[in-house]
Amino acid sequence: MKNADPHAWLTEHGDYLYRFALARLRDSHQAEDVVQETLLAAMQSATYAGQSAPRTWLVGILKHKIVDLIRKQMREQPTEGLGEELPDEPGMDAFFDEDNRHWNDKPHSFGMPENSLEQKQFLTILQDCMDRLPKKLAALFMLREVQEEENEIICKELDISSTNAWVMLYRARMGLRKCLELHWLGR
Amino acid sequence: MLSCKQASRLLSQSLDRRLTWRERTALRLHLTICDVCRRFGRQLLLLREAAKRMVRLTEQNEQLQLSQEAKARIASALDLDRH
Repeated sequence: MKNADPHAWLTEHGDYLYRFALARLRDSHQAEDVVQETLLAAMQSATYAGQSAPRTWLVGILKHKIVDLIRKQMREQPTEGLGEELPDEPGMDAFFDEDNRHWNDKPHSFGMPENSLEQKQFLTILQDCMDRLPKKLAALFMLREVQEEENEIICKELDISSTNAWVMLYRARMGLRKCLELHWLGR
Repeated sequence: MLSCKQASRLLSQSLDRRLTWRERTALRLHLTICDVCRRFGRQLLLLREAAKRMVRLTEQNEQLQLSQEAKARIASALDLDRH
């Protein structure tokens, strides 16, 4: 292992790693923790032989640490009625009328604003909406939509069933869409 | 005929898995007559795109930094581990 200087990694890449983690976990304490774990793991690992840029290598480790953290969250938090045995999603019924056939509350039309300032406002509202979701729904959503890993890989890494993931992703998307509609259109 | 609830669920799942031929056919049929679900489907894609942009925005926001305390804590954890 050459030039393994964890302090230099911290100085040069610490803030970037932090932002990377924060963007996905949306929790500054958790983001700090995974950065620390990443640097510790990097220090102990003998795999870095300078074959890739240190940042790329560190981000690779960080991604695993983020997944580890989410897996722990999935285990620790009670499933809030999200178990896989559930045939229907509780809490989703309000979106549909009584016999579940039609939208109770039809999605209104909105799109991503073109103007960059407005787009920033839109994304800020999306961030707030994300923070209102149960943490593990938000974390799974981010993993799936941003990392774009195969669903099966994510499920395996998180130790959840595909069915469970589909249910959680559905709930996350329904919740986010509704929240954006309320706070973006109603702003 | 699919209900809107079933259609919305399949639309969401179509982002995560390949739907069966049966599901795709039923969904397509539903969408030809239901503009609300079509809109919902478009918004799911918008959400995906927006989530990506949101992440990029955070990653590129250089004002977001590790706090001095966090840096000090991490630095001492590194020292502790090394010795």
